[in-house]
Amino acid sequence: MATPPTSTATFATARSAVFAGMRDISPVVLGMAPFGLLAGIAALEAGMPAWGASVFSTFVFAGAAQLAALDLIAQGAAAPIVIGTIVVINARFLMYSASLAVHLGEEPAHRRLGVAYLLTDQAYAVTIARLTDNPGLTHRVAYYTGAGGLLWACWQGYTIAGTLAGAAIPADVPIEFAIPLVFAALLVPALTDRATLLAAVTSALVATLAAGLPANLGLLLAAAAGVSVGLATSVRDGVLDRQKATVAGGRAVQVDPTPDDTGREEAA
Amino acid sequence: MTGTLWAIAIVGGVGTLLERWSFLSVAHRTTALPPVVKEGLRMIPAAALAALVAPAVFRGGSADGSIDLLDPRLPAALAAVLVMWRTRNIVLTLLVGMGLLLALDAVL
Repeated sequence: MATPPTSTATFATARSAVFAGMRDISPVVLGMAPFGLLAGIAALEAGMPAWGASVFSTFVFAGAAQLAALDLIAQGAAAPIVIGTIVVINARFLMYSASLAVHLGEEPAHRRLGVAYLLTDQAYAVTIARLTDNPGLTHRVAYYTGAGGLLWACWQGYTIAGTLAGAAIPADVPIEFAIPLVFAALLVPALTDRATLLAAVTSALVATLAAGLPANLGLLLAAAAGVSVGLATSVRDGVLDRQKATVAGGRAVQVDPTPDDTGREEAA
Repeated sequence: MTGTLWAIAIVGGVGTLLERWSFLSVAHRTTALPPVVKEGLRMIPAAALAALVAPAVFRGGSADGSIDLLDPRLPAALAAVLVMWRTRNIVLTLLVGMGLLLALDAVL
């Protein structure tokens, strides 16, 4: 993940905030090019027309989920499994949504909806870096929109370029292996500790053994097994206790004002 | 594009938007995720990505989809992970992984 140039400076105008957002995300957007091209190529591999790739990039607008979905469609998986996979892979957006919500409480609902649509790993990363440095940042939605909007436009461009380039690749090149390779590359920064490592190893093992299950059910089974083992490891290693200790230290945490709300309904 | 693909794009897209909108929709109220849920969400990228990679590496090379530990996909994937780990460069990772697979395919 790129580390954007951070600054505690605040923005005088919305326009300067938009440009700063675009500037901060541009190196990240350049690095996404092969990934975006693959989203277009994979759509062709899945037997979709070129414009179908753009429909996916506009509606789903999430690279990893799009590639996984196209991979499953190419293998003939059932629609509910494909949709389930998209939703599972994108569940990380719940986390980003919660994190950004803390900073956008004073924004009107329509603006927060726009923020939601443009939410990506990259736009989240550059924006939260700014907000962490400067919690009082002015024109924060403008900054985020500059970053997220540029990424959106480039993603659509990459998708179209991918469908054009994909048709030119000879049939005997195992280009479909580029997609698991991208996932392998994205997996590396996701392995941050023992718990995430064990989650990945468990999931890989279950996915390989259960690959014969109908309609790619093995993928969801593997992800569930991986999350369970990772979570159990975190609990045993005391990661949760350490998080509580940080909360008790009282640094930038939100206190739930409603004592009857235990949050358990979210865990269910 | 068939009706099924449209259904996947629309339902998958709406599902994704609801996930993105989830906590932002109630941002004007105070929200905090319980630590266990947060920790579970943190496991998802590692678990989901590993599940996507492993079958393609161990079963992708054989015609009938059986497990094949001698396929060049395994060394290619291991080399790619090593490159990513050392450089964090996704383009270089792709080039090394695909290059090794193509080279081994040509030799074997």
